[in-house]
Amino acid sequence: MPALSTSSLPDIIFMLLFFFMAVTNLKETTYRVRITPPQATQVQKLENKSLIRYIYVGEPLPQYQNSFGSQTCIQLNDAFADVSEIGNYIVSERSAMREEDQNLMTVCIRADKDTPMGVINEIKESLRKVYALKIVYAANQRNRY
Amino acid sequence: MERKKRKVGQINASSMADISFLLLIFFLVTTSMNVGTGLSRRLPPPVPDQQKLKSADIKKRNIFILRITNQNEIIAQGEKTDIRQLRQKVIQFIKNENNDPNLPERITEDVPLLGKVTYTKNHIISVETDAEARYQTYIDVQSELVAAYNELRDEFAMQRFGKHYHYLGEDLQRAIQNTFSQRISEVQTENLTKKNNGTH
Repeated sequence: MPALSTSSLPDIIFMLLFFFMAVTNLKETTYRVRITPPQATQVQKLENKSLIRYIYVGEPLPQYQNSFGSQTCIQLNDAFADVSEIGNYIVSERSAMREEDQNLMTVCIRADKDTPMGVINEIKESLRKVYALKIVYAANQRNRY
Repeated sequence: MERKKRKVGQINASSMADISFLLLIFFLVTTSMNVGTGLSRRLPPPVPDQQKLKSADIKKRNIFILRITNQNEIIAQGEKTDIRQLRQKVIQFIKNENNDPNLPERITEDVPLLGKVTYTKNHIISVETDAEARYQTYIDVQSELVAAYNELRDEFAMQRFGKHYHYLGEDLQRAIQNTFSQRISEVQTENLTKKNNGTH
């Protein structure tokens, strides 16, 4: 019986490797704010990752506190932002999407559990103004109180 | 000059497969496959300025007032309530089984697919949040409200169809969802000025 040729094995494995590299998105925004998500009993899985845009809310990490203070801040993409910039951010992100996806856009508010509600309400208000009405509050599963 | 013909030895490629396997496993391990979880809500569309003055005419018995104070206390209908009791209170309010005149009025309607349904159509749960309240408390309250509605829908599905809500068809689920729709309105209290912003 002739030996089985394994010369094509590396190529097959490489193909698998490239497939996984292409499918998983490595790009995760680096947090500039400290976020411990709140816990909730009724959580759902986030679907359609490509349709979700994130707003991060929390206190700046220690290395940024010199320049940005320790007050609760908002982070959009990789930079700190003001509440007034949310509207523009959402509009520009939405216009970059395909037309049929635009009204499926979901905004995920990823906020620290100790954030004062005043900030959250301001964010919600500015999201309403630009008709970004589908929102998700990021939260972890909690089993009991 | 005479050139020596040198024979190039073949490179042993048998370890190539192992190397690429290693790379593959490394990528599989490092990439996070887990998707985040969250509580999804829908915000109401913005209200034009002229309409703001016209406040809706809602009977007092139909409103369930829920307040979150700056001390993170939950006050339901004027009573300090523990988060564990909130769900039952909300369910009791929405159901109004004994037709209590202080609880929302029950209306019988013919709903397509579901038949005759008696439910408190006009009830509203008003959540007032202090600007100083913690986000965690707010999420707790929101989550309990969602849980209360889920329980109501499930109970209705059991009564009418003898099946859990999850096992019903999509049409029926949607019909139940529309009938037992989340009627939550959110108000932020802040230095006596009230902003109205609700969620449905």
